[in-house]
Amino acid sequence: MAIITRRQALIGGLAGGGLLLGSCSKIFQADALTESASFQRVLAAAQAWTLSTQRLLLRRNAMAQEYKPSDISPHFKANGTFNPGGEWYDRQVAERFADWRLRIDGLVTHPLTLSVAELRRLPSRSQITRHDCVEGWSAIGGWTGVPLALLLHAAGVRPSARFLVFYCADNLDGEPSKGGEQSPGQYYESIALEDAMHPQTLIAYDMNGKPLDVPHGAPLRLRVEQQLGYKQAKYIRHIQLVSDFRRIAGGHGGYWEDNGYDWYAGI
Amino acid sequence: MLMQRTAGALAGRRHAADVEPGREVIHRHAWPVRVTHWINALTLFILVGSGLNILNAHPRLYWGQKGSDFDHAFITLHAWPDWLIVPSYTDLADARHWHFFFAWVLVVNGVVYLLWSLLSRHIQRDLWPTTADLRAIPSSIRDHVLLRHPRGEAAKRYNVLQRLAYLGLLLLVCGMVVTGLAMSPGLDAAAPWLVWALGGRQSARTLHFLFAFSIVLFIAVHLAEVALAGVINEVRSMITGRYTVPRERS
Repeated sequence: MAIITRRQALIGGLAGGGLLLGSCSKIFQADALTESASFQRVLAAAQAWTLSTQRLLLRRNAMAQEYKPSDISPHFKANGTFNPGGEWYDRQVAERFADWRLRIDGLVTHPLTLSVAELRRLPSRSQITRHDCVEGWSAIGGWTGVPLALLLHAAGVRPSARFLVFYCADNLDGEPSKGGEQSPGQYYESIALEDAMHPQTLIAYDMNGKPLDVPHGAPLRLRVEQQLGYKQAKYIRHIQLVSDFRRIAGGHGGYWEDNGYDWYAGI
Repeated sequence: MLMQRTAGALAGRRHAADVEPGREVIHRHAWPVRVTHWINALTLFILVGSGLNILNAHPRLYWGQKGSDFDHAFITLHAWPDWLIVPSYTDLADARHWHFFFAWVLVVNGVVYLLWSLLSRHIQRDLWPTTADLRAIPSSIRDHVLLRHPRGEAAKRYNVLQRLAYLGLLLLVCGMVVTGLAMSPGLDAAAPWLVWALGGRQSARTLHFLFAFSIVLFIAVHLAEVALAGVINEVRSMITGRYTVPRERS
């Protein structure tokens, strides 16, 4: 009996050791599965479950936590584009964004074009919120801007509109900004209309009481507080209301989404 | 007969044909335990691997609400090697797809297990330690250290350290789900109290890692115990349910 037990222990030890030494991913072909389009569709189902569960749990207008001024991060990490660069954007910086225009069009009854100064004269909201990056870190910052709902009411949303697409001035594929909205690497994002109508969703122009700086998205950026950092589009020039974003750029609703990230970034 | 009943569901059904002198085979694990065990094993394996892959995107852990490169790190880690992560190359987007899909599998499987275990009284009968069990902790620790495994009637029920370890794993898995959800900015708006209770979003992330580390420790000890108690008999009992009771030493 003792001999059998020892033999069994040996088999167990070898099996366990083999499991630990072999690549975890190789054992069940994780890499091959990841590359398979049909398996990706299976994994992607989780995004739909998460989205519908969170929609169910989040009361309409459930507010993201707001913090005290003393909670603000001394250094708010900038990520993605630090400076869109290029002749056109550099000139905007030099002119303090006097010529910057935000255009709101698409499925609206009254397309709008607003300068930064005009936006600053509209009713504003200030909030100190936590920014959660998809990478795992968090930073707390104070934001002031125009509630997006206010702009949408002014523009008149058509009933067929379901999403807002944000076109940005930065290009993440290393090219300085050329101003083209759908050139490869051009940053863009999209959110659902109901998230755009949330009272904490802002087109922000101030950060911690000062005009947005270039690394954090000058002159205008999005704050949509129930989602991760990559949804908070910077350097916004154009907001388009659409019923569907499948024909825009890579078709997944954003720069990072076209690179494999989930469109719904609530987790 | 009395012994049969007190031994609980673990030793519930004796295979009549197998009652021969010197070799007693019992039906040790009910099928819902066996099915959820293997789903859970695969799921934890993938969740740990994809979790480490996600952690590679920012291998620093903080305490409190906030934390990034400029803040003091509670724990600083290095990138996890390719052979340990799922998939086997660092890719945050792909790792998140694996992680969140199998997080759902973990939750559904866990709810099925919990419901069945409570309704069938598996938890109350086989896992919850009795007063006698608790008194036996010191001797059970001694037995484990000396690698003396229970035999005969004692082998038909979980010993007290097993009971505590399995209940602990249940708690840890619940902790993983709660700390995982607390990292979600969406859920934070729905249940801000949860994040505050855990000490902040970055604390939740740190706890998520520490709980996962504890689960890996559990698995290491669990596999070692299976190996020592007899791989073939133990693994067979978790696949088919049939378990050969080790004979009492004469």
